[in-house]
Amino acid sequence: MSILINKNTKVITQGMTGKVGQFHTQQCKAYANGADCFVAGVNPKKAGEQFDGIPVYATVKDAKEATGATVSVIYVPPAGAAAAIDEAVEADLDLVICITEGIPVHDMIRTRYKMQGKRTLLIGPNCPGLITPDEIKIGIMPGHIHKKGRIGVVSRSGTLTYEAVGQLSALGYGQSSCVGIGGDPINGLKHIDVMSMFNDDPETDAVIMVGEIGGSAEEECARWIKANMQKPVVGFIAGITAPPGKRMGHAGAIISGGEGGADQKLAVMEECGIHITRNPAEMGRTMQKILKG
Amino acid sequence: MKIHEYQGKEILREFGVTTPRGSPCFSVEEAVAAAQQLGGSVWVVKAQIHAGGRGKGGGVKVAKSLGEVRSFAQQILGMQLVTHQTGPQGQKVRRLLVEEGAQIAREFYVGMVVDRAAQRVALLASSEGGMEIEEVAKHSPEKIRTVRIDPAAGLTAAQAADTARAIGIPDAANAAAVQVLQGLYCAFVEKDAMLAEINPLILTADNRVVALDAKFNFDSNALFRHPEIVAMRDLDEEDPAEIEASRFDLSYISLDGDIGCLVNGAGLAMATMDIIKLYGGSPANFLDVGGGASKEKVTEAFKLMLKNPHLKAILVNIFGGIMKCDVIAEGVVAAAREVSLNVPLVVRLEGTNVELGKKILAESGLPIISGNDMADAAQKVVSAAAKG
Repeated sequence: MSILINKNTKVITQGMTGKVGQFHTQQCKAYANGADCFVAGVNPKKAGEQFDGIPVYATVKDAKEATGATVSVIYVPPAGAAAAIDEAVEADLDLVICITEGIPVHDMIRTRYKMQGKRTLLIGPNCPGLITPDEIKIGIMPGHIHKKGRIGVVSRSGTLTYEAVGQLSALGYGQSSCVGIGGDPINGLKHIDVMSMFNDDPETDAVIMVGEIGGSAEEECARWIKANMQKPVVGFIAGITAPPGKRMGHAGAIISGGEGGADQKLAVMEECGIHITRNPAEMGRTMQKILKG
Repeated sequence: MKIHEYQGKEILREFGVTTPRGSPCFSVEEAVAAAQQLGGSVWVVKAQIHAGGRGKGGGVKVAKSLGEVRSFAQQILGMQLVTHQTGPQGQKVRRLLVEEGAQIAREFYVGMVVDRAAQRVALLASSEGGMEIEEVAKHSPEKIRTVRIDPAAGLTAAQAADTARAIGIPDAANAAAVQVLQGLYCAFVEKDAMLAEINPLILTADNRVVALDAKFNFDSNALFRHPEIVAMRDLDEEDPAEIEASRFDLSYISLDGDIGCLVNGAGLAMATMDIIKLYGGSPANFLDVGGGASKEKVTEAFKLMLKNPHLKAILVNIFGGIMKCDVIAEGVVAAAREVSLNVPLVVRLEGTNVELGKKILAESGLPIISGNDMADAAQKVVSAAAKG
C-alpha cells in the first residue's frame, strides 16, 4: 500500500502539450507503471489529437468520462493555473496535483474558497508532486533516487525533499510515498493531512517531515502528532539563518513579525516528541538511529 | 514589490480613502512650491524611502513656515536615513512628500494581510495607532481586532462598522471609517497586494477619518496583470545585486556573511545557509538558480557573488533532478574560467548524471574542492573561508 496514489491510479495531465508538460509527462510515463497510469491530456484547442500516444480531450470532464481517471496533474502556466484547478474540482476528481510555480495568491484564495464542500483534494501549487516508488510518479522529481520501502516523506520543498530521499535511499531505507505539498502560502494539503494518511497506512513505519520558515502549519502538525501519531517522526526546518521579512524564493518562506521562525517551529516539534535535527545532512541518519533503536 | 507612501496614498484615494492633500517632490524648490500651492500654515515634510520607522530616524518634520519647509527639505533630501528597517548604513533619501498638516484627535491602526491558516484575507485593526503592529501583537494582543473576510462577500459594511466601533472610532465617524476599511479591502484585492497598512489612521477633531500613512507590498507573481504597479517600482530602493539577479531570473538575497552559496531550489538553498552556520561559517547570500539553470545563468550567478567584496569562499550545492549535474558542472567550469575566480570553490553534486558531472569538474584542471555530501561540502567551505 501507499498513500493517495498507486500503480492503478489513472491520471489526466492538464497542460500536457506545453513544453514543461510534454517533458514531464514523458518522464512520468517512463517511470514504473506510468505507461498504464497516464491516460489523458487536456487542451481545448487540441482535442482529438494525441501526444506520445496519450489522447487529448477538450475538458477535464471529457477526459474523466472517457478514461475513468480520478487524478489530475497541472503544468498550466501561472496566469491560468488556478482556473485549471477549478476545472478539475468541478469535474469531481479525487485528487489534483498542481506543479505550477508563481500563481498569484489572490487567485489561490478564490480557488480554495470554491473548493469548500467539494470532495477533491489538492496538492500544491508550487510543488514537486508525489511518488509511490516502483509504482507511479506524478510530478517533476527524479524517479531514480527513490527506492521502494516503508518510510513516508512529506515536505514543503522540492530539492530538499530529494535530499531527504537521497539520504534515506543511500542508507538502504526505501520510501512508501513521498509528498511535496509545496511552498506557497495558500495551498491544498498540509503537513498534518499527509501525516494522518501516513499514520493510517499499514505499509509506512516512520515519517520524515521537512518544513520551512513561515506560517504555522508545522506547529499544528506537531501538536497533532503528539496527540495521535503512532509512528516515529523525524523533522527538519529550513531557514534558521533567514533574515526576517525577506522572501526566500518560496513565497511562503518569509518570517514576519517573529511568526513562523525556524527556532520556534523546532522547539514546538521537539516538545511534541518529533526527533528533530538541525543539520539537513542528518535527516537520513537521524531516522536510522531511531529505527535501529 | 514595495512602493512609496505617496504612491500608496494615490492608490488609496482611487479607492475612496481620504488622505491629506500633498505632492511628491524631488528637490528643495519643488518642496517649497508644493507647500505654497497647498496653502495653510502647517506642512509635513516626509522622507520617501521604502523602510519604516522614518519619523524616529529624523525623516519626518512638521514645518510651521515656508522657511521651515525649505530648511527641512534641505536637511532630509540626500540624507542617509537610518531606521530599524534599513540596517546601520541607512537609505539615501531621494524623494519627499510635502503634505498639509493634520489635526490629530486620535490614532488607529488598520491593515490587511493574507492569513495562511484561514486561507483568507484578514483585516487587522487596533486602537493603538502609530505603534508597530508586531509590538502590539506581542504585548497587548487583546487590542487587535481580526476579521477574516469571505472572498465572495468581501468586507461587508456590517463587519467594517463593527470593527470601527471595536477599536473606538466614535459613531459620528463610523460611516467614514466604513468607507476607509472597505476601500482598503478593495484596493488590497484588486491590486493583488500581500500587505497593506494605514498606520496611523487618524480621527480629526471634526470627525473625519484620514489615512496619514500608507504602506503596500504587492504579490510579485501578479505583477503581470498590473503594469500600473510595475510603473511605481523605484529601483533606487532595492539592492543592486537583487535587481541584477532578477534580470536573469535568479532568486538572490544579500546577507552579511562571507561564504557565497549557489543552490538549486529554495528549500535546499535555505538548508545550505543553515548548515554553513551550523559548522561555524556565515553565508554571504541566498541564491536559488531554479530548476532550469543554463550555463549562462550559472555564470551570471558567479558574477553576482563575486561582486561582494567580503566574499571568501563559494559553495555550490546542487541536487540534480530535472537539472542534470553535467550541465551544472559545465556551467561552473565555464563560469570559473570567465570570471577569474579568486576564492576557493567547493562543489557538491548529487542526482541525475552525477558521475559525469564530477568527471567534468575533475578534468577541468581548476582548483575545485569536491564535497562528498552536504555536510562534507559545508565543512570544507567553512574551513576554506576561515583560511582566506
